[in-house]
Amino acid sequence: MNSKKLIYVDNNATTAVDPEVFAAMKPFFCEQYGNPSSIHSFGGSVAAHINKAREQVADLLGITNRNKLGEVTELIFTSCGTESDSAAIYNALQICPKKKKVVMSKVEHPAVLNVGKELERRGYHVEYVPVDKKGRLDMERLGEMVDDNTALVSVMWANNETGNIYPVEKIAEIAHLHGALFHTDAVQAVGKIPINLSESAIDMLSLSGHKLHAPKGVGALYIKRGIRFRPFITGGHQEKGRRGGTENVASIIALGKACELAGKYIGAENSFVRELRDRLEKTIIATMPDIRVNGDIENRLPNTTCISFEYIEGESILMLLDRHGICASSGSACTTGSLEPSHVLRAMGVPYTAAHGAIRFSFSRFNTEDDVDKIIEALPPIIAWLREMSPFWNKDK
Amino acid sequence: MWDYTDKVMDHFLNPRNVGEVENPDGTGDVGNMSCGDALKLTFKIDAEGRIIEAKFKTFGCASAIASSSALTELIIGMTIEEAKNVTNQDIVKILGELPEEKMHCSVMGMEALQAAIADYRGETVEEADDDHEGRIVCHCFGVTDTKIRNVAKANKLKTAAEITNYCKAGGGCGVCLDDIQDILDGVWQEHSAAAEQAADAFAGLSIVQKVIKVQEVIDKEIKPILEQDGGSIELFDVAGNVIKVKLKGRCATCPSALVTLEHTVAEKLREFIAPELTVERV
Repeated sequence: MNSKKLIYVDNNATTAVDPEVFAAMKPFFCEQYGNPSSIHSFGGSVAAHINKAREQVADLLGITNRNKLGEVTELIFTSCGTESDSAAIYNALQICPKKKKVVMSKVEHPAVLNVGKELERRGYHVEYVPVDKKGRLDMERLGEMVDDNTALVSVMWANNETGNIYPVEKIAEIAHLHGALFHTDAVQAVGKIPINLSESAIDMLSLSGHKLHAPKGVGALYIKRGIRFRPFITGGHQEKGRRGGTENVASIIALGKACELAGKYIGAENSFVRELRDRLEKTIIATMPDIRVNGDIENRLPNTTCISFEYIEGESILMLLDRHGICASSGSACTTGSLEPSHVLRAMGVPYTAAHGAIRFSFSRFNTEDDVDKIIEALPPIIAWLREMSPFWNKDK
Repeated sequence: MWDYTDKVMDHFLNPRNVGEVENPDGTGDVGNMSCGDALKLTFKIDAEGRIIEAKFKTFGCASAIASSSALTELIIGMTIEEAKNVTNQDIVKILGELPEEKMHCSVMGMEALQAAIADYRGETVEEADDDHEGRIVCHCFGVTDTKIRNVAKANKLKTAAEITNYCKAGGGCGVCLDDIQDILDGVWQEHSAAAEQAADAFAGLSIVQKVIKVQEVIDKEIKPILEQDGGSIELFDVAGNVIKVKLKGRCATCPSALVTLEHTVAEKLREFIAPELTVERV
């Protein structure tokens, strides 16, 4: 690394912990370190903070149901988005033991997609809904795939690579027509777009703390009232017996605070952050040839753009950006050590000329106009230099 | 994040010989856009048959660009005969090392060189390019069994995962991974069968025939390597499977003579005569 100012535009990968969030969680390490399950007041008082955090998460998601004691019962805290996804999917199969089919999209995050592959190995029938070239779901195919043998439909709320937003309410209704449950991986959506579960048909929803300025290692799962739940991690009575293991207290407090702040800043996300993203995207398109923006431009997260620089390869671009302190990510094969470019871009049928050179810039409220200026300054020479070296550049002209 | 060596980063950030040679004597075009990397190598040959100019254009990741750059640096000044013997390992040596998953970048360099040499010699690409021989095993990347065997032998690869790292085969849908493993098992079975035969053959030789055989390998394969560092070697005796040698010149006083004995002398004798041989210094 060099000493240049960090320009972090990889917020769909992870985010900075907001200093206010950090301040909120800090007392729960060395001072209020008690176990919320303890009888003594030193530990027991921590439980109240966890309940408050649960309220804060519920508020962001528009969860209005409360039990007789006024508690939120539709949320359990987990260790991450991936745990929430697994817990939701395996739960659906356990509570509907006679149904042997799961439907998910081809563009799911590996946290869902690889569970699908595992279910296939275990003898389940898993069908994957295709997308069109903008990454939009083929709703007709989805309608055909869901049948009375389907235990669960799982479709992400927003895609991590393109930012595409999927019509989850509508999909939930389709699932319900056949008595199937609906789960959504909303890891990328929560905090970026308004969510209201109070009158929603969604049965289960996963979220992750570190995508919205809470620390890594904490997530949550929403399970609609009336849906049975079998714990994914069996153990103590924590989370009302639905998730064993001593609570990750400090991180849960942090997630609560982060959700409160996300609610406060959701307007900024859709104005200030969107403007930064749009300015970068427009400038890139205006100043460089052979650019394509991947995804459903009209219907995507306000913070994400996935831009292909044709005829060059993503890892090279990222490594050169890194030298300017710019952190982004790529759908290129080479960045992960795999040999195929991103499954999302391939599902969209993005041509190889563009898939290998796809770069994702994802903003947050901590980015500045200056960040965009720096990227706009650094990028064109990098692209020109790599294209100069590419055997495909000019060849097709 | 990849753990690239400083040399890889240097060749990536300051690539040597980028471009295309005008009116090239040889052109090698390998890889394609769908594979994620591609390399076009062009070179010019002087009156004595040496490569006097070589340039590349590469589409690919940092290690693909670095491998291409290293390749051009390596071959400039070589005769065609010398260049023909360049392997992907020679490219890796210049770069220090490459991450395992990136070894295919160095193989691409070697293939571009072979294609350019074939082009220079007027051979059609089909004749020279392994890819067109044999049966396609990996349909995602269009890799044949011939190429898998060659890469496996050249780099001593035993598992399908290694094959994926070196020539991409099996890295797409993965359906062919079992097939690749079968091919590899076949290669190494043949190899050990051949080695046994060689060992039997050596054991059956008269003492004079054994000496002649060992002397031949020492002269042709071992001496030239030692001489590069100002050393030399002399055959002292052959006793069963034990070859007794004297190290000469700089090798005689070299602190790493033991390494030379095991890695150069013994390895070559085992490779060219029989795997059972051991070497002793007298």
